[in-house]
Amino acid sequence: MTIKEQQDRIIEDFEVFGDWMEKYEYIIQLGKDLPLIDPKYKTDDNLIRGCQSKVWLHAELQDGKLVFTADSDAVITKGLVSLVIQVLSGHPPKDIAEAEIYFIDAIGLTSHLSPTRSNGLLSMLKQMKLYAVAFQAKSMQN
Amino acid sequence: METATAQDILWPEVELIRNEFPILQQTVNGRPLVYLDNGATTQKPVSVIRSMQEYYTQYNSNVHRGVHTLSQQATAAYEAARHAVAAFIGAHHHEVVFTKGTTDAINLVAAGFRKSFLREGDEIIISAMEHHSNIVPWQLACEEKGAKLKVVPISDKGELDMDAFRSMLNPRVKLVSITWISNTLGTVNPVKDIIDLAHEQGIPVMLDAAQAAAHTPIKVHELDVDFLALSGHKLFGPTGIGILFGKESWLEQLPPYQGGGDMIKHVTFEKTTYADVPLKFEAGTPAICEAIGLGAAVAWVNKVGIHKIQAYEHQLTEYAVAALKQIEGLRFIGEAKHRSGAISFLVGDTHPSDVGVLLDQQGIAVRTGHHCTQPLCDRFGIPGTVRASLAVYNTTDDIDRLVEGVRKAVTLLG
Repeated sequence: MTIKEQQDRIIEDFEVFGDWMEKYEYIIQLGKDLPLIDPKYKTDDNLIRGCQSKVWLHAELQDGKLVFTADSDAVITKGLVSLVIQVLSGHPPKDIAEAEIYFIDAIGLTSHLSPTRSNGLLSMLKQMKLYAVAFQAKSMQN
Repeated sequence: METATAQDILWPEVELIRNEFPILQQTVNGRPLVYLDNGATTQKPVSVIRSMQEYYTQYNSNVHRGVHTLSQQATAAYEAARHAVAAFIGAHHHEVVFTKGTTDAINLVAAGFRKSFLREGDEIIISAMEHHSNIVPWQLACEEKGAKLKVVPISDKGELDMDAFRSMLNPRVKLVSITWISNTLGTVNPVKDIIDLAHEQGIPVMLDAAQAAAHTPIKVHELDVDFLALSGHKLFGPTGIGILFGKESWLEQLPPYQGGGDMIKHVTFEKTTYADVPLKFEAGTPAICEAIGLGAAVAWVNKVGIHKIQAYEHQLTEYAVAALKQIEGLRFIGEAKHRSGAISFLVGDTHPSDVGVLLDQQGIAVRTGHHCTQPLCDRFGIPGTVRASLAVYNTTDDIDRLVEGVRKAVTLLG
């Protein structure tokens, strides 16, 4: 699935929920299901600042595709991280760098997240795109 | 702590009080609002809102310099607010400096001490339960002057180690600056003992009364405290206003904090002489409307009665602590014998921010995080807490909703 198709699928998934409590239940489940990051990557260097909870994000290139793994000490944050990873992980760096992210607005998350949380989410997206740009630049050098 | 029941603390006045707060009448996320974030800021009664509206609609004008009617009205209202706050804390009006808030007041004293009193090798004493605004200004002052910041340790229950405090007092200590009530732990510190012990060695004391002002009577001269800071918005008043109380002798000695209009006696390019206290510390156009709002807030508290507020909140706190204790896996962060209605807790392994988000979905406003007391959270090895902080308009229904909300959040997160 392309980044756009992934986003459209998430938007569809969220349409079935009646209220925000149900949406949060789903996000919590996503957080619980997110595969754990390799503990060796839970370093200060991989820590993303900008929210009340901690988020660790690791990126590596596998067969020309950028794969993200992440963890958080708060499960709702981890669920949000999971959504972003579903959308962006496993795609070529160029696609990630150029991707337009619209699903967060479309599912109403932006207006429902506190500024601290949405700042954290935006920081994470920004960091993922920075990784993509860096890997893209590196592959062009090679 | 004896367990109170809802029946014990029925207080008909509380419904009348609630009716004076328009913001409490709304729903949030489809549920009637339960506002339990009073440690961060309190809601405002209509009398405060109206006083500020009247200023802008009837006599908006600058203070102290105008000869016209509106300016005189504004000046009278601004100075009346100073008198009201002074009476509220048992001070003389000229000992009350309007500041932007508690943080600004502490910075004012820290700047003055840095400039005039602090030397290399001196010491400033704070405690392990301080808010960042009673840590960082002193850190900055100490770093600049080569002085040392000493921290009074606390017990696992969140009580000050008074033996350690006694042993830290010595001639090198230039000031003790301690919070009256901890915003995170709810601990009410033995401030009179602290002041008396420090004074025995000639050391002045500053109290951060941000969390005390809306909940406990303050009488600065009875306490014999040297400086005291509080914020208007935590006292049912507006944001952007607070006060520094300083004994006259201290305010006279402190150098001006900022330069500008209204704080001068006479200016030439060679030399400026300064206005008398408190105007020496109020450079520029002050927060006139906010000061007037603070005066109205103090009048509102006086109308209800601070002793009544204290007694009601004491019972409500007992009720809340007993009710929260029934939640399996809940542990309190801060269990001091003398405590206020700031109740911090964690449940099992749940992250405080997760609990806070799910409470918000149920219309319940609490604070989560480190509450600007990161060293304190490090002391307890926690990322932060969920904090429910009470005010006089809260009821046992609010507490019941909180308990139900926490249970639901924990079930979802479990």
